[in-house]
Amino acid sequence: MYENRDGIMIGLEVHVQLNRLKTKVFCGCTTDYHNDPPNSHVCPVCLGLPGALPVINKKAVEAAIKVGLALNCRVEEHTQFYRKNYYYPDLPKGFQITQYDFPISSGGYIIIEGEDGEHRVGITRAHMEEDPGRLVHEGTIDKSKYTLIDYNRSGMALLEIVSDPDMRSPKEARRYLDKLRNIVEYLDIFDGDLEGALRVDANISIMGGQRAEIKNISSHKGAEKALLFEIVRQKNVIRRGGIVVQETRHFDEAREITLSMRSKEEAHDYRYFPEPDLVPLKISGWAPAIKATLPELPDARRMRFVEEYGITDDHARALTSELKLAIFYEDVAEKADPRTAAVWVCDVLKGELNYRDMTIEAFKKEHMLSIIELLVSKKITEDGAVEIIRALLDKGGSPEEIVKEKSLLKVEGDIVSIAAAEAIKENPGAVADYNSGKEKALNSLVGAVMKKTKGRADARTAREILLGKLR
Amino acid sequence: MITKKDLEHIGWLARLELSDDEKEKYTPKLNSVLDYFNELDEVDTEGVEPTYHVLQLYNVFRDDEPGIGSITQEEALSNAPKKQDEFFKAPRMM
Amino acid sequence: MATINELKESMHSGSSEEIVAEYLERIEKSKLNAFITVAKESAINRAREIDSKGEKGMFSGIPIAIKDNISTKGIQTTCASKILSGYVPPYDAHVIERLKEAGAIIIGKTNMDEFAMGTSTETSFYGPTRNPWDMERVPGGSSGGSAAAVAGGEAPFSLGSDTGGSVRCPASFCGIVGLKPTYGVISRYGLISYANSLEQIGSFATCVRDVTMLFDVIAGHDSRDSTSVDRIDTHLDARTYASALVNDVKGLKIGVPEEYFDEGTDKGVENSVRDAINTLEELGAKSQIVMMPHTKYALSAYYIIAMSEASSNLARFDGMRYGLRTEDSDWHTTFSQVRAAGFGDEVKRRIMLGTYALSAGYHDRYYLKALKIRTLIKQDFELAFKDVDVLIAPTMPYPAFKIGEKIDDPISLYLSDVDTVPVNLAGVPSISVPCGFSGGLPIGMQIIGKHFDEAAILRTAFTFEENTDFHNKTPEGM
Repeated sequence: MYENRDGIMIGLEVHVQLNRLKTKVFCGCTTDYHNDPPNSHVCPVCLGLPGALPVINKKAVEAAIKVGLALNCRVEEHTQFYRKNYYYPDLPKGFQITQYDFPISSGGYIIIEGEDGEHRVGITRAHMEEDPGRLVHEGTIDKSKYTLIDYNRSGMALLEIVSDPDMRSPKEARRYLDKLRNIVEYLDIFDGDLEGALRVDANISIMGGQRAEIKNISSHKGAEKALLFEIVRQKNVIRRGGIVVQETRHFDEAREITLSMRSKEEAHDYRYFPEPDLVPLKISGWAPAIKATLPELPDARRMRFVEEYGITDDHARALTSELKLAIFYEDVAEKADPRTAAVWVCDVLKGELNYRDMTIEAFKKEHMLSIIELLVSKKITEDGAVEIIRALLDKGGSPEEIVKEKSLLKVEGDIVSIAAAEAIKENPGAVADYNSGKEKALNSLVGAVMKKTKGRADARTAREILLGKLR
Repeated sequence: MITKKDLEHIGWLARLELSDDEKEKYTPKLNSVLDYFNELDEVDTEGVEPTYHVLQLYNVFRDDEPGIGSITQEEALSNAPKKQDEFFKAPRMM
Repeated sequence: MATINELKESMHSGSSEEIVAEYLERIEKSKLNAFITVAKESAINRAREIDSKGEKGMFSGIPIAIKDNISTKGIQTTCASKILSGYVPPYDAHVIERLKEAGAIIIGKTNMDEFAMGTSTETSFYGPTRNPWDMERVPGGSSGGSAAAVAGGEAPFSLGSDTGGSVRCPASFCGIVGLKPTYGVISRYGLISYANSLEQIGSFATCVRDVTMLFDVIAGHDSRDSTSVDRIDTHLDARTYASALVNDVKGLKIGVPEEYFDEGTDKGVENSVRDAINTLEELGAKSQIVMMPHTKYALSAYYIIAMSEASSNLARFDGMRYGLRTEDSDWHTTFSQVRAAGFGDEVKRRIMLGTYALSAGYHDRYYLKALKIRTLIKQDFELAFKDVDVLIAPTMPYPAFKIGEKIDDPISLYLSDVDTVPVNLAGVPSISVPCGFSGGLPIGMQIIGKHFDEAAILRTAFTFEENTDFHNKTPEGM
């Protein structure tokens, strides 16, 4: 049982951009603006021109239901859109179309790897809304003399997923974010690699005090850092006999601190009312059909990997933590030994990718199959296999070419045997040490063999042959 | 009853800068209208549902297909009082 | 004054260019101030094009005036507000697309109350419009320019919008016909919102047939407006509303809501409307009194809802993407100054009251309460329509008042809308037709129908018109 001595309560509001849709949520503008000039994917609706009216994208509603179901939420019988009235330069209409009473889904949960094993985090609600535009500042927000606005992002479909305050540490918050992102990626509605795809606001309180809301968090790591800072700050306030006030704080990513945003802006009154230009939805009837088409989700896939491929739970967890990685593994495991594949994909390849800040898309599964084949048929050593993977990531080519180029083919037993005999002959000191009980002396003999074979001998084979000769 | 202070808050919410003269001028006028509205207090609306939409419409959608409504960047920026490069230009944030 | 069919007829011997030039000349000489923008060049060019191609659309070559809150691509659209002066929309409203397809030529954009907030066309940034029947009087509002243009012979027909009577009121004050259809029958795409849940685009002309022809062209489903309905009047024999124009009211059941004839109603108005009901009875209709007990509360409910929606609709006018911009400061200040400089007094008052009515602590008392009253008003209509086919009542409680008479007293101005706003709260259709005169000023009666039963009110209006002469009277010198 996890103690949570500081009474930490963390709730997260995660904005997921439904960027796999073809068009925005209320207009026919295309969503593939990421490489295009500013203000080139706009129309009267998403620019907020006078007289333009919104119409809901049906696929966006389906995607929202998908997410709701995947988060074990109830899809509501009646759902509708509201106007949230406030001003900001990125908001073209002076209000945001969002949901308030009657969100599309609510009352779900997800299971994360918590401080004390599996931990359940409640999902308060998941509701639809529109993204505002993007602001560009010259330098920093507080120093810039003007602000530039690009409305390409304006009107992108967002899903705001609000959790219960169930997380008890920054680590759990990060695990929650990882899990959530993992789930929405599995649903094929979201590409997390695109800029601004996932944004987080965090609410945190300690020891039953007031909560602070931290805005401007753009990464999972950032969330963890912001929360760690905030816990220390709140503890210090209490230690000095103060009271933590409810407020909005801004996360300064560069300095890894949170700053109070207390100002007149705090005097918000959003004056929610039902959007008169959109009619209510009655779509709970869609849920069974959508549920039937839900893909296998990360937890289910993890369990299946353990069962079907006989790999460890740790491997299965790591392999299913990213959809693309899981698919890669599964394609390889179908044609090679699944356990060997798990080791090489999970322990080696993934590490090399992370080291280079690359994704699994940078590696061909045919190459992984070739490498495993070379290993299983003992044509290369494990060190050789690692070297091939590194070379493929750094320079490209094919495993066969690299084997040839680097002369990585494993040398045969006879040659190792000859090299071992020579090593014994040339290192009488080491032999004497070994015979007098210093087992470590064997290592220098193995090293000598490897040197003679230019590393192409298998170290374990060399050791066995040496032992045979020394006995 | 709207006080001058209420009016200042409303002006802030609605982003309407009000001069002192305007505050003096608007306060009684708005209050006379609100007084008139207060006649609704006499109506018993217990158990009456509000009518947000006069027609019983629901489930109106569009397909996820690029529409014909998009306009060019030039058209988008054509009415901008201030622009810079390909952006709309807004005032400073702070 | 020429009807649409007469203009079409005259095109056989003459040309569209001649017709357009004639109207342009009248606009130029006019002192009505009915137009904010006259699209002279584009209108003449389009007329020439139609003449040379011999296009044969429903309205090919015929000029039309458009209220300045309807988006017209390439033609300035201001809502009669300083904040939108110089705004040239990059897109056409749905109704404009329909009119262009039918060959109509936009001759100009008409004056109105700023953002359609008014009953007199006095709140326009571009100055008041005058009533062709008496230049000292208002033409009604908010679509005063569109009505005055038609009554003054500056356009054969025109479009307006009706949020709480903004088509019917000026039709009544200017002695012409004005139709407000059922909510959802005409797409609002491109109509600059004042109060979305209440308003519809409406049509003006000198006779019921012209109004109906125009309605036929602009009505129908539009996928860009979620509240646009995909159905046509079930009472129609053919697929056009014009087919409902039959000179026959035998057996028609008319309801007369006594609440609409209260003590504030001008005697001349009351007598004219009651006479009109008698005329219809002589033609075979039957009338009965109906009770609409919540009518009294419609005005407050209407204004609360309209102002609440308006406070949000008008939030987009911040000077960033279009419209007026003042000297830059920090963004809060700039937004507040742009809006302070760009909006007129009445607009500011309504934004502030709407903001208040939606704000924390007052939302339930005002906004929610008004929506509940709306339900009761709607039920009044539903109950009445169980017994009758149409309702007949005065459009306005009095004829056109003098410019400046009510402008400083919001309540007295709001009270003018007492007979028109219940229709918008219920979303039912209503048409105002000329039915008499009081002190030399025209009087309108409104014929109100059930949801989607435009056919009944058009037929009633048409029959009345065929058997009376009020619509043929024109202002002196017009």
